[in-house]
Amino acid sequence: MKIVVCVKQVPDAKDVRLDPETNTLAREGVESILNPYDQYALEEAVRLKEQLGGEVTVITMGPPQAQGVLRLAISCGADNGVLVSDRAFAGADTWATAYTLAKAIEKTGRFDLVLCGKQAIDGDTAQVGPGLAMRMDIPYITCVQNVRSADNDGMVVERMMDDGHDVVEVKYPVLLTVVKDINEPRVPSLKGKMKAKKAEITTLSAEDIGADPGSIGLPGSPTQVVKVFPPEPRGERAVFSGTIDEQLDQLVDKLKPYL
Amino acid sequence: MLKIDKELCIGCGICEEQCAFGAIEVVDDVAVVGDSCTLCGACVEACDPGALTLEIEDAAAKVDLASFSGVWVFCEYRKNSLATVSQELLGIGRTLADSRGVVLSAVIIGSEIGDTAQQLIGYGADVVYKVEHAELEPFTEDRYTKIMTRLIKKHRPEIVLAGATAIGRSFIPGVATALDAGLTADCTGLEIRRDDGALLQTRPAFGGNIMATIECPRSRPQMATVRPKVMKSRDFDVSRSGEVVNVEPTPEELQSRTTVVESVSAQQGNVNIQESDILISGGRGLESEKGFELIRRLAEALGADVAASRAVVDAGWIPYPHQVGQTGKTVAPKLYVACGISGAVQHVAGMQSAEAIVAINRDENAPIFDVADFGIVGDITEIIPKLITKIEEKRKA
Repeated sequence: MKIVVCVKQVPDAKDVRLDPETNTLAREGVESILNPYDQYALEEAVRLKEQLGGEVTVITMGPPQAQGVLRLAISCGADNGVLVSDRAFAGADTWATAYTLAKAIEKTGRFDLVLCGKQAIDGDTAQVGPGLAMRMDIPYITCVQNVRSADNDGMVVERMMDDGHDVVEVKYPVLLTVVKDINEPRVPSLKGKMKAKKAEITTLSAEDIGADPGSIGLPGSPTQVVKVFPPEPRGERAVFSGTIDEQLDQLVDKLKPYL
Repeated sequence: MLKIDKELCIGCGICEEQCAFGAIEVVDDVAVVGDSCTLCGACVEACDPGALTLEIEDAAAKVDLASFSGVWVFCEYRKNSLATVSQELLGIGRTLADSRGVVLSAVIIGSEIGDTAQQLIGYGADVVYKVEHAELEPFTEDRYTKIMTRLIKKHRPEIVLAGATAIGRSFIPGVATALDAGLTADCTGLEIRRDDGALLQTRPAFGGNIMATIECPRSRPQMATVRPKVMKSRDFDVSRSGEVVNVEPTPEELQSRTTVVESVSAQQGNVNIQESDILISGGRGLESEKGFELIRRLAEALGADVAASRAVVDAGWIPYPHQVGQTGKTVAPKLYVACGISGAVQHVAGMQSAEAIVAINRDENAPIFDVADFGIVGDITEIIPKLITKIEEKRKA
């Protein structure tokens, strides 16, 4: 089994704030983490490798410092890391990102399975996984919550729907996006950390992957951000007074429109 | 690329202040751009000496934007029912179509659709493309993507909207990729810019901490998925007239590389909490699975659905589809009652767009009170049973 896991380095949610006066992102103390959903994708890849044999390659598109998440992934059981990095990728939307990742995966060779997190917690779009599968012309299944069975030809998975779940059968190659319910990710082992430290990270530029300059970064992005602004602040909180009973009476009064 | 003319740059630092991404800074009296630049152009506009320019190479082929016309809405139909977001999409779709002076069309794909196609006209559609076949239930990405792509290529609408549901969020990105079209996820605001008729799409990012407005300047159609519960549907109007066009799927379109072997509806209560009007949500403060029963009882008293924080889902008191927050679902009900939930950013990200928020927590310093409209500090096991009684009394009165 050759498995590719796509990951993204994202700012930790607890640090992200827009300064309402200047409309700029607060910069100080923003830590970068591995996108939480990608951790489940990585864990599932490592489990499948342990069960069926093979190799797990993690790939990310991002600035040079994004290799940190690749090393983290290697410490959790991935075999290789590929960093797709070039100033020309800046400003890529989901369309251009999917194009870039598809070219990079093509460059890294044959694969059976591509795993992605359902979405990244910075953009929350959930569009790169499906876009990537379309680009590579392979089937895809989103929001997978359980791999029921897998062998060397294909797999049976459960995918979350709004009203329950569907059980879906597919042959490789296939791309899956996964949700949190699928597994409980392991923490890096000491041995894994040592391996990650020494691991060679392959770096690919726009030229290396043979990308068309009109399809990457901002020039290749059909969508463009016109404006960034803070959400409308919520009103002041109503403060109740008195005993719990009295406070509850006031609350129930407020809830009247919903009863 | 962002180009900086070192001769023109006066090192004033205004660009540094304007950059929302911290990507530009003044070093030795000259602006220097870093890797986090997203090419948004905010600095270029702010630069009085004109030292900054954005060089955007023109995308390969120019698309003739004016040759696209009309607003399209994908109406989701599954297990003999129409997703309620469909009516909401027809509501906003009608507004957009009227402001552009164009036709509003709906696309409905599925099996045994019956009268539902006709009803879409009453909710605002002028034309309904009905694609009906036994093989189109249950949903698979392959079939839906091929059919939708073919219809859009043929009729060339300028705008395509779909619900940000499990199905919409799965196959619409595939359609956008196949069409080389721009797609914005989870929009909460859509409007037409007067100058040029472009669709301005507003959506939350970073868990709702930031709002962004997005456009598709060079490609058509302009595509967006729209969060359920955000747009207003129109009252059903029997007198509206329109046309239902039956579309036959081709044998090739009915081929799918994935096979749904079973479609299972959730057993334990309503799991589609993104469509709920009222959510009662429980957290770690309930202390036990038995404590969580209080949440279910309160939900029953209010005719609400049950949600939960991550801690409760991880403890196994309730299944994952009920989880609200960063690694769960994003919800925007009319009323969200958070019981024993401390309000970590990861949770707040999933519920801060609720219309009204009630927080009940023992700890008066819990961050959940910062987003709450109404708050009560106290012991949940005492408060909830009392609240249930009072609600029942109020109802009877």
